[in-house]
Amino acid sequence: MLALHEVHTHYGLAHILSGVSMEVRRGEVVALLGRNGAGKTTTLKTVMGLVTPTSGAVRLGDEEITGRPPYRIARAGVGYVPEDRRIFTELTVRENLEVGRQPPREGCPVWTEDRVFELFPALAEMRDRLGGQMSGGEQQMLTIARTLMGNPAVILLDEPSEGLAPVIVEQMARAISELKREGLTVLLSEQNLPFCSAVSDRAYIIEKGVIRYEGPMQELLARPQVLEAYLSV
Amino acid sequence: MEFYLVQALNGLASASSLFLVASGLSIIFGVTRIVNFAHGSFYMLGAYIAYTLVQALPTGAVGYWLAVLGAAVAVGLIGAAVELLLLRRIYRAPELFQLLATFGLVLVVADLVLLIWGPEDLLGPRAPGLRGSVMILGEPFPTYELFMIALGPLVLAGLWVLFHRTRWGTLVRAATEDREMVGALGVNEAWLFTSVFVLGSFLAGLGGAVQLPREAVNHTMDLHIIAEVFVVVVVGGMGSILGAFLAAVLISELNAFGILIFPEITLVLVFLIMAAVLIFRPWGLLGRPEGPPRTPAGEFEPPLRLLGRGFLYFCLAVLASAAVLPHLLPTYYIRIACEVLISALFATSLGFMMTVGGMASFGHAAYFGLGAYGAALAVTYAQVGTGLGLLAALGLGLAGAVLFGYFCVRLSGVYSAMLTLAFAQIVYAVLFQWYGITGGDNGLLGIWPSDWVSSPLAYYYLTLTVVAVSLFLLRRLAFAPFGYSLRAGRDSALRSEAIGIHVRRVRWVGFVIAGFFAAAAGGLFAFLKGSVFPDYSSIPVSVDSLVMVLLGGVQTLSGPIVGAGVYKVLEVFVNRYTEHWQLILGCVLVGLVILFPQGLLGYLVGRFGRSGEEWRGVDGAPAGGRAS
Repeated sequence: MLALHEVHTHYGLAHILSGVSMEVRRGEVVALLGRNGAGKTTTLKTVMGLVTPTSGAVRLGDEEITGRPPYRIARAGVGYVPEDRRIFTELTVRENLEVGRQPPREGCPVWTEDRVFELFPALAEMRDRLGGQMSGGEQQMLTIARTLMGNPAVILLDEPSEGLAPVIVEQMARAISELKREGLTVLLSEQNLPFCSAVSDRAYIIEKGVIRYEGPMQELLARPQVLEAYLSV
Repeated sequence: MEFYLVQALNGLASASSLFLVASGLSIIFGVTRIVNFAHGSFYMLGAYIAYTLVQALPTGAVGYWLAVLGAAVAVGLIGAAVELLLLRRIYRAPELFQLLATFGLVLVVADLVLLIWGPEDLLGPRAPGLRGSVMILGEPFPTYELFMIALGPLVLAGLWVLFHRTRWGTLVRAATEDREMVGALGVNEAWLFTSVFVLGSFLAGLGGAVQLPREAVNHTMDLHIIAEVFVVVVVGGMGSILGAFLAAVLISELNAFGILIFPEITLVLVFLIMAAVLIFRPWGLLGRPEGPPRTPAGEFEPPLRLLGRGFLYFCLAVLASAAVLPHLLPTYYIRIACEVLISALFATSLGFMMTVGGMASFGHAAYFGLGAYGAALAVTYAQVGTGLGLLAALGLGLAGAVLFGYFCVRLSGVYSAMLTLAFAQIVYAVLFQWYGITGGDNGLLGIWPSDWVSSPLAYYYLTLTVVAVSLFLLRRLAFAPFGYSLRAGRDSALRSEAIGIHVRRVRWVGFVIAGFFAAAAGGLFAFLKGSVFPDYSSIPVSVDSLVMVLLGGVQTLSGPIVGAGVYKVLEVFVNRYTEHWQLILGCVLVGLVILFPQGLLGYLVGRFGRSGEEWRGVDGAPAGGRAS
C-alpha cells in the first residue's frame, strides 16, 4: 500500500534519513519506533511531501508520489496527523472538520461529520467550540477526525499518545483499532511501547535515520535486547 | 454642533475607501504573508480605469456603476496576473525580496500610468443619482458621501459572510493560521492564494473607483494611500478585517477633526494615536501576537565571517584607488563619485540593521532626511560651518532614531517594517507641511560647504573620510560583543533572552546606530547638493536604500556597498537615455528577484566560490543551498 525505498532526507546539511526503506501493507497498523530525534517525524513528513527527499522513492499503491506537493499526496489518499496537532485555533470544531473534507474516494471508508462524531463522541458535544479552547486530548481527537474527513486510504499518525493522560491514551488506542476494523491502513510513529503493542501488527525501529529492526510486533516484544539497544532511555 | 456632526460624517466617508484598501492588504497578507507594496498602485489603477470606463460607457446610472464595478474587476484580474506570473515564483524567497518585487510593480505601474493617462489630474464626473445633497441638521451634506458611509459597513458585512459562511472563507481563515497544514489536508494552496489575491486586488480597485467623485485622479495616489493603509493595518491588527475597519474609522476621524484643531500637524495626531495603541496593544487593536515564525526545515542563518588579511588588503586597495580616482576624473564625475560614496554609507547603515540585527526598514529615508535637514537647519538658522552642520545632522538623526526606534523594536518582522514606513511618512509630512521652518516643498537652499571643503575635490576627500571611517565602525560593531548580542537576538529572541540579553534594548541600540549613520549620509548629501527637500525622506528614497542592500545581498556586510555602486551608476546612465527610469528600474527589480533571489553578490559568491568576500555560509554550502 505504502512503500519507502532507500529514502534519504536532509535538513540543510544535516543528513536525517539515510536510506530508509519500509512497507505498510493494506489494512495493517505499523509502528515506527525510535527515540527522540531518530527520524520518525521526518519519515512521516517525507511521505507527506512536507519535506522533499534528496533521493529515494515513496510509493502509494502503484503510484510514485515522491516530490509531489502535499495537497496532491493528500488527494492521492494519504492522511497526515502531525505531532503538534496543528489545530486551527481560530476555527470551530466543525470548521476544522470542514477544512479536512474531501470528496469520497473509491475503496476507502467514507467519513462524514456524523461518523467522526460517533468515533469521538466527546467532539460532538463541543462542535461549535474554537479549536484554541480545547484540551490537548480533545485537540488530538480533532486532528485525527479532521484527517479522516479527507477519506484517506492510509493515515500517518505522528506520536498520537504524546503528552496525553493515560485515560485518553486508552481512548486513542481504541480509536486506532476501530480505524483498522474500518479497513484503514495506519503508519504510526511512537515512543510509547505499551501503546504500540496494543494496536500494531508490525514494527520498525529507526535510529539515527537508519532502520535497525523490522518484524511483527509480538516478536519484537520478545526481544528485550533489541528494545534495550534502540528504545530504552 | 451641526458642523461637528458633518465633519464626523466626512470622516466616516473617507474611512470607507481606506477600509476597502486596507482590508484587501490585510487579507492578502494573512494568507500569503506577502506585504503587497503594490496595493496602493492597485487602488490608483482602480481610479484611473474607472475614469476611462466612465468616459467609454454610455452616460447614466447603469453605465456609471458598470464602470465602477468593471474597474474593480479589471484590477482583480490584474491582481490574478501578478499573482500567477510573479508572486507564485517567489513565495519561497525571503520576505524582503518579495517586498522588493512588489515595489518593482509600484514603479512599473507608476510609469505606465503616466504613459497612458498623462501627468495631469483627471476630474471624473459625479455619480448619477447621488449628485445632490441632503440636509442634515440644517447643513447640506453630499448624498455621495452618505453612500460612502454605507459602503464601508456593507463591505465589512459582506466579507464577514464570505469568511464565515462559505467553505472558501473557512479555508482562507485556516490558511491564515497554518498554510502548510491546509495543504497537507488536500487543499490546493496555489489556487487559494490566487483567489485571495484577486479578492484583495478587487477591493483595492473598488476603493479607488469609488473615489472618482471625491477627488481628482492623480498619479501620487499610490504612495499616498499605501502609507495610510500601513498605519491602518498596524493599528487595527494585521489580518483582522474588523480591526482594519475600526482603525480606518479612527484614523479618518482623527484626520477630519485634526485638520480643525492643528491643520499643520494632523499627522502628528495620527502618530500619537498609533504610538498609544502600540504601547498598550503591540499587535494592534484586534490583532493577535504572532507565534515564532515556522521556519522551513533546513533554513538557518549562517554566521558572518571575520575576514582575514586578504580582505584587509583588498579594502586598503579599494580605499587607495578611491583616493587616486578623482585626479583622473572630470569634476562632474567627482560629484557622482561623492554620491556613490554617500549611497554606500546610506545603504550599509540599513544593511547593518538588516544583516546583523535582522530588522527590516521600509522607511530608512527618515534618518537620511533628518540628517540632511539637521545640517540644513543648522546652516540656515545658526549659520554654522560644515563641521558643526554635520554634527547637527547626526544629532537630529539620532533623536529621530531614538524616538521611532523605541516603537519599531517593540514589533517584529513586517509589522515593524511597516511601522518604519509610517514614521518615514510622518517625517516627510512634517518637512513638507511645516512651511515656516522647513520651507515646505521649496526646501532649504544655499547649504554650501565651508571654504575649507568648498572645492569638489576637497569635499570628495571629506566624504571619503567620513564614509570610510563609518564603514569601518559599522563593520567593527558587527564583530564586537554588541554585534554578537544583536545577531543572537536575530537568530533566536527567546534563547537570547534566556541567556540574559535584553533583546529589545539591543535592537533599539542597533536601530539607533543604523539611523545615526544614515543621518551622516544625509548630512553629507545636503552639503553636496547645496539644498534639501522633503523628498529626501520620501518612500522612493527608502526603497532606493533597500534596493541597494538587496541588490548586493543581505547575506554580506559589504554587499550594500557593491549594491550602491551598481545602482547609482545604473541610475546615472539610464537617466541619460530615457525618462522612464522608474519603469526600467521596476522591471529590473522584478527580474532580479525572480532570477537571483539571493542578491547579486550572494549569487556571484555562490556561483564562483567564496574568493575574497565574506559569505555567510557554512563551509562548502552552496549559495542556493538555503531554503531549497
